[in-house]
Amino acid sequence: MDQLRPVPDGAPQGAPSRDSAARLADLLRRASRGDEAAFAAFYDATSSRAYGLALRVVRNPAHAEEVSQEAYLDAWRSSTRFNPALGSAAGWLLTIVHRKAVDRVRSVEASTVRDEIWQRESRPIDHDQTSDAAHSSLEAARIRGAVATLTDVQREAVELTYFGGYTHSEVAAMLDVPLGTAKTRIRDGLIRLRDLMGVGS
Amino acid sequence: MSDVHKLTGAYALDAVDDIERARFEQHLATCEDCRAEVAEMRETAALLAESTAVEPPASLRTSVLAGISQVRPMPPEVGRPEGASRRRFPLLVAAALVIIAGFGAVVWQPWSTDEAQLSATEQVLRADDAKEVTVDLGEDGRATIVRSVSHNAAVIVAEDMAPAPEGKVYELWFKSGDEFVPAGLMPNESDHTTLLKGDAAVAGAAGITIEPEGGSEKPTTEPIALFDFSEAV
Repeated sequence: MDQLRPVPDGAPQGAPSRDSAARLADLLRRASRGDEAAFAAFYDATSSRAYGLALRVVRNPAHAEEVSQEAYLDAWRSSTRFNPALGSAAGWLLTIVHRKAVDRVRSVEASTVRDEIWQRESRPIDHDQTSDAAHSSLEAARIRGAVATLTDVQREAVELTYFGGYTHSEVAAMLDVPLGTAKTRIRDGLIRLRDLMGVGS
Repeated sequence: MSDVHKLTGAYALDAVDDIERARFEQHLATCEDCRAEVAEMRETAALLAESTAVEPPASLRTSVLAGISQVRPMPPEVGRPEGASRRRFPLLVAAALVIIAGFGAVVWQPWSTDEAQLSATEQVLRADDAKEVTVDLGEDGRATIVRSVSHNAAVIVAEDMAPAPEGKVYELWFKSGDEFVPAGLMPNESDHTTLLKGDAAVAGAAGITIEPEGGSEKPTTEPIALFDFSEAV
């Protein structure tokens, strides 16, 4: 997969990630034929991202572990449905993780509680605690750099939805903006990130 | 660009409710541009997880590996031509698949599910002749009834329903002519997908009334919602 190309300004390219993307797709393909060792390797290469994402969204370590476990079991079961033409293996897995995390946070937490938590914890990501991704700190730096170029309102909308687990309607209400505005900020923010990160064609 | 296309970002970030998701997935089935954009946006969103990576506890690895040893990967989809999965899909299907507990996530292709494993509710929602009619109750919620004449069955998808008054329940009805026939009680939950009891095919409408606990044989109050099947689409 060639979804991680250098950014146009000539920043160092994430060579390890390119290799790992192909490797992950291959591991998943082998897993779909029942190769448990391949799936274990797939787990090892992705678990810090999967668990970290689940933890960021659901915030409770026990819930994050459950969500991650469910997501990996789903990934194993539906590994035959992974289509490398549609995206990377890591992206496919993290999509499953995110959906499960969001479903969890919406079902177990009363919105009032979630609001309070968000108010309390909505501060910039503590990068010092998240640098253990031996997989690719370079990628993390690139994405942080890209996020930093978003406008404040775009970043706010993307983070409230992706990490906060709120719907675009909820975000519109929280930010006191029209529905269409929240929707547009999310989409514009993602398009900018996509272009900066060289995702897609 | 029409409004529906602008939901790609919110959809890719799971920032939609179940009904929006179902509607947008119906759109996705026919809009290649949006499918491509959603795929790219999910890929992009996944990169955000680079910045939140945290080493999981060892117990997670143990439970995942123990778990996969007990189930096999699903078989690949076979014998279905490429175009078949893009057929027009009854609205609300994906939403119901999400709501129905225990259904495995098929995140990328929610429109391709094994027919043989479908519950009665899912069969109605996926039926080729499924038609739906929605009643907006304002602050009290929203309800959609999906009916399949060929299955002689109907399903109600309730969203954000206000709780029934103390000691009361929401009762469902089929209406033929002026006669109301009981079709079961709604669960006391704000969001649910429930199969109606009785013969749906012959009914001209369905309704909801507020009844004393346990329900009634005939409506004792005016319906709070009427779903006229002649208006179903």
